[in-house]
Amino acid sequence: MSEVLILVDAVDGKVAKSTGELATFAKAIGKVNAVVFDASLASQLSSYTIDNVIVCNGIDVTKFSPAPVAQALAQLVASKSAAAVLITSSARGKEIAGRLAVATNSGIITDASTIDSDLVTTQLVFGGSTTVHAAVTHGTTIATLRSNSIEPTAGSGTPTTEEFTPTISDAAKLGQVISTEPVVKGGRPELTEASIVVSGGRGTNGDFKPVEAFADVLGAAVGASRAATDAGWYPHTHQVGQTGKTVSPQLYVACGISGAIQHRAGMQTSKMIVAINKDSEAPIFELADYGVIGDLFNVLPQATTAIAAKKA
Amino acid sequence: MKIAVCVKQVPDSWAEKKMAGGVLDRASVDAVLNDLDEYAVEEALRIVAANSPTKEVGEGSGHTITLISMGPDRATEAIRKALSMGADEAIHICDAGLGGSDALATSLVLSKAISDGGFDLVICGTESTDARMSVIPAMLAERLGWAQLTFAGSVSVDPSATKVSIARSTELGIENMEASFPVVVSVIEKINEPRYPSFKGIMAAKKKTITVKSLSDIGISPDQVGSKAAWSNVRDAVLRPARSAGIKLEDGGDGGTKLADFLAEKRVI
Repeated sequence: MSEVLILVDAVDGKVAKSTGELATFAKAIGKVNAVVFDASLASQLSSYTIDNVIVCNGIDVTKFSPAPVAQALAQLVASKSAAAVLITSSARGKEIAGRLAVATNSGIITDASTIDSDLVTTQLVFGGSTTVHAAVTHGTTIATLRSNSIEPTAGSGTPTTEEFTPTISDAAKLGQVISTEPVVKGGRPELTEASIVVSGGRGTNGDFKPVEAFADVLGAAVGASRAATDAGWYPHTHQVGQTGKTVSPQLYVACGISGAIQHRAGMQTSKMIVAINKDSEAPIFELADYGVIGDLFNVLPQATTAIAAKKA
Repeated sequence: MKIAVCVKQVPDSWAEKKMAGGVLDRASVDAVLNDLDEYAVEEALRIVAANSPTKEVGEGSGHTITLISMGPDRATEAIRKALSMGADEAIHICDAGLGGSDALATSLVLSKAISDGGFDLVICGTESTDARMSVIPAMLAERLGWAQLTFAGSVSVDPSATKVSIARSTELGIENMEASFPVVVSVIEKINEPRYPSFKGIMAAKKKTITVKSLSDIGISPDQVGSKAAWSNVRDAVLRPARSAGIKLEDGGDGGTKLADFLAEKRVI
């Protein structure tokens, strides 16, 4: 049976849902080995389809660049003769995957939305306009998977546990973390993981209050177009588009966003799209399942009140 | 201090793209300097100016900025643009054998050019707007055995202490990191506002040296790169059906209420 390694994701000491997604894909391929660097996470892994937990000891990976994690995984790939390594498509995840591909002489595929039992991946490219099926042809399949791609399957039974002490080179410890400042959450879900995203653009004129209020009544994350982040109206980290984040939520609400290709590239694969824009010719309406031609400063507050009333 | 900046010519990110024979069709769209590389060039210029006795880049600063680019003949246009911003010189790795190279081969070629150049610091954008893999800076650090300080929202360099400090900004928050030369840095968009090339800069760029190197010049065998050596393979690429527009209505004063009804009907709320 093929051995598969998945890298466990955690936020604030809690295993993230994306780990369950990786485990679900991995289970179709073979034996699922979940790799953790924090022993306290091991007990949280029984709810997913994980067969074995590998606890890596002897290195505090939060003190360094992604290099030590990649080095430890490379050693596990060799000792397990792993057929595949699945990692979440985050900034850090993709860097780990890149280093791992170099270290193990393996091919790499990033931002896949699925991987099947034959290790063939699906990627949506060019802003979701094209579906690509691809496979690694050399070494171990190193793949990063976008979160929110699959509903995690529930596991049955407690996984076995093994300990592993990787050998970390001095070169891998060269980039050191001196201090950290956690993300200021503000109570809203993370943009790429949210099931609803409400975004504002040029039409907000810099006033994101109605966008945020609508997002909050829906329990949504807030996004912004490049025009809005370039103008300094909203933090760069919330930018959705070609040079920002790619989101694929159940519902995407574009408020005062014209829908240039640049923006569409980051949201086109959303399951349902709603657009609110004063300009009836705005290209965003070509994508929208529901479009309101109107002023977001009238439409959003009214919709916010109406939804709050429905929920009450 | 010797700084290298990796730059790439890419299809215009505002243009519609399509596939041709399993790879991106580059011929059908305008080619430009990768947006995100402009931030890397700008940051290199700022680092040099901050550490220059004249507070300016170029001769007299005591530092050099060398662009490193892999690409076809026409990538010269993107390299000239980055030179016109103020970089001193460029190395252009151009070889018919490079077409179809994957990220592993690209990082191999760039790392060879970098290690041959005796640089203290390599600065990259976080990704190219065509492939969007975001792996090259990490792969370079792995291949070179250098420190990796990537996704920097701010960078400060102390050339006398040969030390680099960054604030790494990712979904995990901010990590303040440091390392000694040599270092691979990647910079995110919010780090600076790239300058527009001045007329003087554009004229000066015409006289700057672009050294063209082939694969044999940098000691890489043709069987290590190109489409034959790519370790991932596209099985098929299918154009997805275009999204069709749905309901579109004019706000007659009750647009918000109707929107709320629609969302309730679709069980979103």
